[in-house]
Amino acid sequence: MTRLVNIRPGRKAAAGLAAIPLILIVIGYMIASAVRHAANPADKLLPTFMAMGKAFKNLALDADPITGQILLWADTLASLERLGIALAIATVTSILLGLALGLIPLIRAQFGALVATISVIPPIAILPVLFIVFGLGEASKIMLIVIGITPVMVRDVAAFVAALPQEQMIKAQTLGAGSWLLTIRVALPQMMPRLIVALRLSLGPAWVFLISAEAIAADVGLGYRIFLVRRYLSMDIILPYVAWISLLAILIDMALQFISRKAFPWANRSSN
Amino acid sequence: MSLLSFRNVWVEYGDKVVLERVNIDINAGSFVSIIGPSGAGKSTFLRLALGQEAPSQGQVFLDGKPLRPEPGPDRGIVFQRYSVFPHLNVRENVIFGLDCASSPILGRSFGAARRRAVEQAEEMLIAVGLGHVMNEYATALSGGMQQRLAIAQALVKNPRVLLLDEPFGALDPGIRADMHELVTGLWQQHQLTIMMVTHDLKEAFKLGTRVLSFDKRRVDPHAPHRYGATAVYDMELTRKNQAAEAARMMAAI
Ligand SMILES: Nc1ncnc2c1ncn2[C@@H]1O[C@H](COP(=O)(O)OP(=O)(O)OP(=O)(O)O)[C@@H](O)[C@H]1O
Ligand SMILES: [Mg+2]
Repeated sequence: MTRLVNIRPGRKAAAGLAAIPLILIVIGYMIASAVRHAANPADKLLPTFMAMGKAFKNLALDADPITGQILLWADTLASLERLGIALAIATVTSILLGLALGLIPLIRAQFGALVATISVIPPIAILPVLFIVFGLGEASKIMLIVIGITPVMVRDVAAFVAALPQEQMIKAQTLGAGSWLLTIRVALPQMMPRLIVALRLSLGPAWVFLISAEAIAADVGLGYRIFLVRRYLSMDIILPYVAWISLLAILIDMALQFISRKAFPWANRSSN
Repeated sequence: MSLLSFRNVWVEYGDKVVLERVNIDINAGSFVSIIGPSGAGKSTFLRLALGQEAPSQGQVFLDGKPLRPEPGPDRGIVFQRYSVFPHLNVRENVIFGLDCASSPILGRSFGAARRRAVEQAEEMLIAVGLGHVMNEYATALSGGMQQRLAIAQALVKNPRVLLLDEPFGALDPGIRADMHELVTGLWQQHQLTIMMVTHDLKEAFKLGTRVLSFDKRRVDPHAPHRYGATAVYDMELTRKNQAAEAARMMAAI
């Protein structure tokens, strides 16, 4: 008999298998919600899909009477701007430090241990410091994300660059490349796909830091909204927001993956 | 004057002596095969010529001048593996060396320089038999083709000496024979000086005009690293003595 580890689903079967747990969760939620609403029609804990759809529609389409803004878009824009700036800073820093640490033994000797040390500091623990130093504005929220994800990304790409085959580095030097050309023509292009992988893996933590910072000090943003309406037990807003955040996260991840495939086709081949 | 000279060269790592008292002159135009047991320091010897490593004692001269201990464009290298750039296609792998020389800031040439580089690279690729795969990524090639590419990369730089460290060690016999033909042809055509490390004795005698064998002259059974290896056999091969030397060598080992 075929062993369990060797049974592989086909494409269609795999999609079907993946859908089953999701469908079961939705059905389970609907049943639980219906049961609670039968007992108490004003139940707030498990809102029906109808109620959530209505609340989400209000946020997505109707302007807020006080600010005149459409809240969902204002929140989304604010959060994505913070996230985008932070990811850009983290990416540029990772490119520069990753190359420097990965390629130049002197720099690795001097700063490698420092980066390793910084990367073990729990970023949330220094959030108060950030608020004190950068104030309660945008800078501290962006810095929290940057500090939260950059050290790990730097270490990852630096280790990758350092592990590029020595033979290749020697070969490039025999072809006339000096330190600079080694950096931009040999190490940088090979590092890029790895950098995108590191960025994709950092997206999860980045969202966590973003929402934490927004929950503590903000007046607009996806995380701010969730924590604001929590006071009113508005699950009909919180759950759609969580779904919306997840959707954004998935879309960003897919976009990065798409860019990597298009820009670095050689990286997705296995070498022989 | 010889092209490369090793003058009383020693290589030591801590207490471990790898090479001792190496005195060798390599003449321009020779094809030197380097053989010897595993760990005898053949690659170390090649790294000295490459400049990847400096001797702990003694000196290496290239064209009579002390060799700077750093790889440079006057010495080409082909390793057993990993000598091609996976992120570049075959043509760009060869153009790389030309661009490094013509464009030290960007590492890329444009316009007429670019056209010249492309032409030169394609000519070289056709010469090594890769004319039909110039647009493929280097890692999409078979092992033998990757080695051809690595040779082409080195040769467009017109190196004073071409260093090969078990270049065909990972290839199967049929492909190896093709590669022998290629290397011999290129050696004659470009009047190269070649130093090749190999584990294959037949290969060493078939290709080389001179065979160096590295091994330890003395062994201290209580301290195996106390003495280093050196060139224990050094044979100039002419057409006439080639077969005889090969037989003698086989018998000795
Ligand atoms: N950086 C280093 N530090 C310490 N020992 C080293 C170093 N590099 C090489 N050696 C030692 O030097 C000796 C010779 O190594 P080398 O690679 O030159 O041998 P080789 O003749 O090329 O062997 P093989 O046929 O297996 O390739 C080995 O014992 C190796 O362990
Ligand atoms: Mg070796």
